[in-house]
Amino acid sequence: MAVLVGSETRLLVQGLGRDGSFQATRAREYGTNMVAAVHPNRDGQKFEDEVPYFSTVAKAVEETGANTGVIFVPAPFAMDAIIEQVDAGIELVVCITEGVPVLDMAKVMAYIKDKPTRLIGANCPGVLSPASKAKVGIIPGNIVQPGNIGVVSRSGTLTYEAIAQLVQHGMGQSTCVGIGGDPIHGTTFTDVLELFQADDETEAIVLIGEIGGIREQLAADYIKEHVTKPVVATIAGQSAPPGKRMGHAGAIITGKAALASEKNKALSEAGVHVVDSPALIGAKMKEILE
Amino acid sequence: MNIHEYQAKEILDRYGVPTPKSEVASNADEAAAIAGKFGGRAVVKAQVHAGGRGKVGGVKLVNSADEAKEVASNLIGSRLVTKQTGAAGVPVEKVMVAETLNIKDELYLSIVVDGGIGAPMIMASTEGGVEIEEVAEATPEKIIRVAGDPLVGLSPYKARDVALALEVPASALRQTTKLITDLYKVFVDNDCSLVEINPLIVTEDDQVVALDAKINLEDDALFRHPDLAKLDDANQQDPLERRAHDADLAYVKLDGGRVGCMVNGAGLAMATMDITKSVGADPANFLDIGGSADQDRIEQAFKIIMDDEDVDIVLVNLFAGIARSDVVANGIVAAAKETGAQVPMVVAMRGTNAEEGIRILSESGLDITGAPDLAGAAEVLKSKLQELGGSN
Repeated sequence: MAVLVGSETRLLVQGLGRDGSFQATRAREYGTNMVAAVHPNRDGQKFEDEVPYFSTVAKAVEETGANTGVIFVPAPFAMDAIIEQVDAGIELVVCITEGVPVLDMAKVMAYIKDKPTRLIGANCPGVLSPASKAKVGIIPGNIVQPGNIGVVSRSGTLTYEAIAQLVQHGMGQSTCVGIGGDPIHGTTFTDVLELFQADDETEAIVLIGEIGGIREQLAADYIKEHVTKPVVATIAGQSAPPGKRMGHAGAIITGKAALASEKNKALSEAGVHVVDSPALIGAKMKEILE
Repeated sequence: MNIHEYQAKEILDRYGVPTPKSEVASNADEAAAIAGKFGGRAVVKAQVHAGGRGKVGGVKLVNSADEAKEVASNLIGSRLVTKQTGAAGVPVEKVMVAETLNIKDELYLSIVVDGGIGAPMIMASTEGGVEIEEVAEATPEKIIRVAGDPLVGLSPYKARDVALALEVPASALRQTTKLITDLYKVFVDNDCSLVEINPLIVTEDDQVVALDAKINLEDDALFRHPDLAKLDDANQQDPLERRAHDADLAYVKLDGGRVGCMVNGAGLAMATMDITKSVGADPANFLDIGGSADQDRIEQAFKIIMDDEDVDIVLVNLFAGIARSDVVANGIVAAAKETGAQVPMVVAMRGTNAEEGIRILSESGLDITGAPDLAGAAEVLKSKLQELGGSN
């Protein structure tokens, strides 16, 4: 069993502009069961002549039983799209959109707090499970391989790097989860670690953190108490200067805890195999599993 | 986005937050005239986007209009180098001239978004007028934190809690509570990433006044604040960072590095900087070209790296998901030909159309060494650096 997505995933795509359409096509090619597209003006039309469009998320859910939503709408409209999907009862909402205002994300998180929906992102590459051919987001389907390593990361392309290293060393992935680079995000490292720990298909875990915030420290605390599977981790931004935002809104050293060295220390103390160089993730994992 | 102190003060004025009387001057005569209005005794403050200006002569107390004129004429047109600027410093184009007040006590008040809690967080301390990082280090118990609620806002009792913790005089409690409430409104209404009042002062007659004001605005929310977006001051930014900003590229100039880095994705860009460091060299920049950059943007990105005088070798690391390797390769070749760039390049390209990208680069006649992956790039970079010699 993969986590978060799988053969039961019934995908709804909201935000079918250039990037959203491109990614919806890639997801379908990969084998994902895309059941609905949402666009206010395309009710009754079909995406790629096969997937029905609906004018609202609620209608799409009612007609198709969509249980997973992915959002590509522009940042000014992302909060509304997330809330629309939450209100329509979507179980898993994945927001790919980058640049959502932080106070919008604060409102979203306060709004969904007591609701059953799980949010991943925003500003994330999404979730992919190779064995069940379910791809919700933008992780390239051609780089992954079915296997038993769970990957969780704040980054997009660095996740692809880690996946490539695992494949190079002959290790596939159970599920890859990009939780996103924003300071306020839905699903956290800790949430995904809990899922991986409980997942029979996952034997070991790769965790890719970066400078900023304290989420890696919280993950370390959780690992210490609850995770028995081996974890390999790397923290990007060891060479980053303080006070400068490194692309991701959350990747900024604002205090001691935000430093890569502090995160490395916390993870090491929790028994995590921390690699100094992000180029050593695959090699380290192989060494541990052998 | 940073704004100047005088602009921050204008925002505070709109919300009724008390600040000293002040005006902004673009030349020495104006500064003298403003100081004259305050009876000659005034504070002249350089308007720059950098903290630490007080320690390098950017804030001066004057006792006459003539003195204000002299201070302003020295400041305006100069460059201020503080611990927060690079060696080149930032230009002073304006000064703020403010009345002086009789200070009884200096406090600290700021608001930021706390990512962990997911809400705006007020930080306050009775230890104002000093750097808050030092207070946090030495006496963390002297900083209190109170979070607002993203949906409810800041309940008045919480503002009062902060005011009480600041130990203001009883007669100033109501005024301080209102000031904190108003400041929270400033933060939320304007999508700030930081509002910092240091010091917040209590005057001899028990008035509470924001003596200084620093406001940073969240870049991602500027689309809904077109008036605030206009406050952007390009001259305060590093020229290369400015060009990148205008080209919609995430770029940070790093001091002292020689390895220009060109990468897609923020995480991979940081990892690329890290492996550069791991082979004993320093990265010259952080650069994320983004997922959907077209050839024009790639060209601009490459030219920015080329125009960085510190760069004598370039490391390109591309893992193309949405991005296309051939587009990136064409952009690099076009920019290199146009600029006549001779620098050696180490290139790792993977993902979408990687083979085509590598072919374009290898047939370009440029000084390019390919690398299979991140680890390979580190090795190639190391040997190339040895060939180049010189200091790292």
